[in-house]
Amino acid sequence: MKIGVVTFPGSLDDRDAARAIERAGGQAVSLWHNSDDLKEVSAVVLPGGFSYGDYLRCGAIASFAPIMQSIVIAANHGFPVLGICNGFQILCESHLLPGALTRNHELHFLCRDQKLRIENNNSVWTSGFKSNQEILIPLKNGEGSYQCDDAVLATLEGENRVIARYIGEDPNGSRNLIAGISNERGNVVGLMPHPEHAIESLTGPSDDGLTFFTSILHSLVGR
Amino acid sequence: MMKLDTVEIATNSPEQKQPYNELGLKDDEYARIKEILGRRPTSSELAMYSVMWSEHCSYKSSKIHLKQFGEKAVKSDALLVGIGENAGVVDIGQGYAVTFKIESHNHPSFIEPYQGAATGVGGIVRDILTMGARPIAVMDPLRFGLADAPDTRRVLPGVVAGIGGYGNCLGLPNIGGEIVFDETYAGNPLVNALCVGVMKHSDIKLAKAAGAGNLVVLYGAKTGGDGIGGVSVLASETFGSAGPAKRPSVQVGDPFAEKVLIECSLEIFAEDLVVGIQDLGGAGLSCATSELASAGTGGMQVYLERVPLRDDSLTPEEILMSESQERMCAIVEPTKINRFLAICKKWDVSATVIGEVTDGDRLRITWNNELIVEVPPRTVAHEGPVYNRPIQKPDYQDRIVSEKVSVPLPTDLDEIRSAILKLISSPNIADKSWVTSQYDKYVQGNTVLAQPEDSGLLRIDEVTHLGVAVSTDANARWSYLDPYEGAKLALAESCRNIATTGAKPLAVTNCLNFGSPEDAGVMWQFSETVRGLADACLELGLPITGGNVSFYNQTGAVAILPTPIIGVLGVIQDVRARTPMGFTKAGMDIYLLGREEFTLTGSEWAYLHNQRGGAAPRADLNHEARLVEVLLAGQELFNSAHDLSMGGLAASIVEAILKNGVGASIELSSTSEALFSETPGRVLVAIDPKNADALAKLSNSKTINCKKIGVTGGSELNINNAIKISIADLSKSHTEVFPKLFGNSERANRISA
Repeated sequence: MKIGVVTFPGSLDDRDAARAIERAGGQAVSLWHNSDDLKEVSAVVLPGGFSYGDYLRCGAIASFAPIMQSIVIAANHGFPVLGICNGFQILCESHLLPGALTRNHELHFLCRDQKLRIENNNSVWTSGFKSNQEILIPLKNGEGSYQCDDAVLATLEGENRVIARYIGEDPNGSRNLIAGISNERGNVVGLMPHPEHAIESLTGPSDDGLTFFTSILHSLVGR
Repeated sequence: MMKLDTVEIATNSPEQKQPYNELGLKDDEYARIKEILGRRPTSSELAMYSVMWSEHCSYKSSKIHLKQFGEKAVKSDALLVGIGENAGVVDIGQGYAVTFKIESHNHPSFIEPYQGAATGVGGIVRDILTMGARPIAVMDPLRFGLADAPDTRRVLPGVVAGIGGYGNCLGLPNIGGEIVFDETYAGNPLVNALCVGVMKHSDIKLAKAAGAGNLVVLYGAKTGGDGIGGVSVLASETFGSAGPAKRPSVQVGDPFAEKVLIECSLEIFAEDLVVGIQDLGGAGLSCATSELASAGTGGMQVYLERVPLRDDSLTPEEILMSESQERMCAIVEPTKINRFLAICKKWDVSATVIGEVTDGDRLRITWNNELIVEVPPRTVAHEGPVYNRPIQKPDYQDRIVSEKVSVPLPTDLDEIRSAILKLISSPNIADKSWVTSQYDKYVQGNTVLAQPEDSGLLRIDEVTHLGVAVSTDANARWSYLDPYEGAKLALAESCRNIATTGAKPLAVTNCLNFGSPEDAGVMWQFSETVRGLADACLELGLPITGGNVSFYNQTGAVAILPTPIIGVLGVIQDVRARTPMGFTKAGMDIYLLGREEFTLTGSEWAYLHNQRGGAAPRADLNHEARLVEVLLAGQELFNSAHDLSMGGLAASIVEAILKNGVGASIELSSTSEALFSETPGRVLVAIDPKNADALAKLSNSKTINCKKIGVTGGSELNINNAIKISIADLSKSHTEVFPKLFGNSERANRISA
């Protein structure tokens, strides 16, 4: 099963995301920002990093990349997309997800092992988790504070679209401790912490993150 | 606008006054330039010589001492590229080569902490890239003035944000480093940056311009007016207490441009499109062109007006001196230039052919067809002045060494308890998470161990599990008392930190931070340090792969403590077998390996009582080597292993407890002495009790003292069943220090990147 990983100039975790896909049993396909060719992949990961230096606003310039035009069209037809960190920011800037990621409330970059609760295991990216499962994966960002207006927040909560929530002390000032959300259809998921850095306990705090990648592969096979 | 100064004009106006003093050149150095050229230099030539003959680039005060590193060196098959190139390259087996190097960015980081530290990372990363390697990690040994000094609250948060802001954006895990505070670093903070890179043997690149007709390509960022004369003005002069602001000499970094430059360069290397390559760092184009040319046959023609500029008003002199970041210079065969330019275009990296390699032995630079530079490039790059500066042991040296350390050692139980909490909340020993959590340690997915572990450990090969470990260490307090022994002890500590994680020490790099070389006392410290390090490397059989010297870390008459930062690279065959520093579970026996001696000289406990004197311990390198052998041979026995250094056993056991929240009960006689002594050459290990005999046998065979001091488990540190400190109390004392000191200070000082 082919899953694409987009490389923008300034992407950093693209090779890690590809490794996670392969480790989960999939085939990672590299996609280039400046092409609109999705190369017949069945799903796409937008990796972490600082696309285009995150100048202007995180993810803002990347949302205009040719590859994103193809991804937006496909996503609106149910194509699975996972945006991690900078990828989440790009999904918000592309209006595939509501709200915005702003600077951490402590105003500096924060890298730490973060406990999350999986709030929704119905999405194609989280179907392998148990309901309310607690996981430990790295969080690393400078602008990870999830913000939206009250109406959007009520909708997200009401429609069970909060995918994951931070447990314990609020790491970055996100509303309702939101770590990840999905779109209405559930195929597009944005996540601030990094599951691709938690696929084996040797190099990560756990292997909990791998389930995001096995989830999508199982979902795709089951279609 | 100033009239263009050409070779012709210079030849015809020998008596014209030139501002060589303002550019940092001394009278005799200027005279030597005139002698080389047989005329006065043009203003562009003067600009080039001034930056290239600066202390920072020419090593003019250190060269005659550094020769020992070559002369005393052991013959090592592991060394693929030695001192003199951008960075040394070491064979780690399986066809892999690793390159690593430390550089200082001390002076810019004092003036503008964020940009100074950020461009320090950028510079060392380009050095590693230039060797043909993919950069895979960075580390940052740092020194600051006293933690509660107002200026430290300006400098430290800015430096940390700069290192993070640049390194995180490059996608390089930050896997270690140190932070030490001392009043002598106030006004002279040390910001050293280490980078590690990996490549296959066949991919090694050298800074060499060979083959007449080959093209000189400048690629990366455009050239601007930042950092002009950075090396000569900033790094090679002592800060006056009331000098003019030097901020214009600090470069401004763009990590995104560097990230793209890295990926673009690696793609260019992969297709074997360059003959030689050099990054533009200190001394900018002056350095890159003269070094590339002198490593070839010497001939090169550069059309300076072709250099893409950020600011059209720059003069040729300024273009030659600019230290604008994120630039590289490559030598490319004409048949490969189209492919080279196509890759640059793919990455949106600007690339310009600015010249060509020529026959002959002159570097000629023209500006709109007017000849403004015509020099033998070796005289610029390698034949700068060499000074044998006066050396004299400082007057105070014998006095401080003869001082008796006399500090109160707590005796009753409450006093000992308070003393432990006081020690672990000293800023030098306190938890550094406030700093390290601002660095990405996970990116690239190969970080097996990172700070606060004894060394950073990286997986190199996912199939064979081959890995490398890197550690940096210095003990400036011992170097102050005895720079010869201090250098040896720093190397020993760094090797020990490699071995505690299970890796075998393989090669050494260094960054030697000192006061003014024009001070005979400082030169004595420096020469003793170099002698000590060279002797220690010889005795331990480790090659030195390169290094960096930073002089003039001095404000007025006060020099910093002599601070030789020693970096050691180790190799581990299977990273899965690494040993962590923290206790992992209850019921393990705790042993102390190494000598039971009592040394408070230069200890944290002594410094907390303002005692800086005494005789430094002597390095016993034979003992250190045997200890390393025990650590490596016994790797399978150890559940955890942690070096004892600053703060002695008290600090080490608290760190081992707090890492995973596993307590310990220990039995000590002469409790205070045992807790606070900083005798070198000791390691705290935890083993399964069933392995006790094996450990005893192993340590006996290497004649290393091995003593059981307790067991792991519980939720406290329990000493002699009398002193009990809960993990919660230990944690509070250890972790609250940095957020309290620096938690709210960074907002005011941040210059956002």
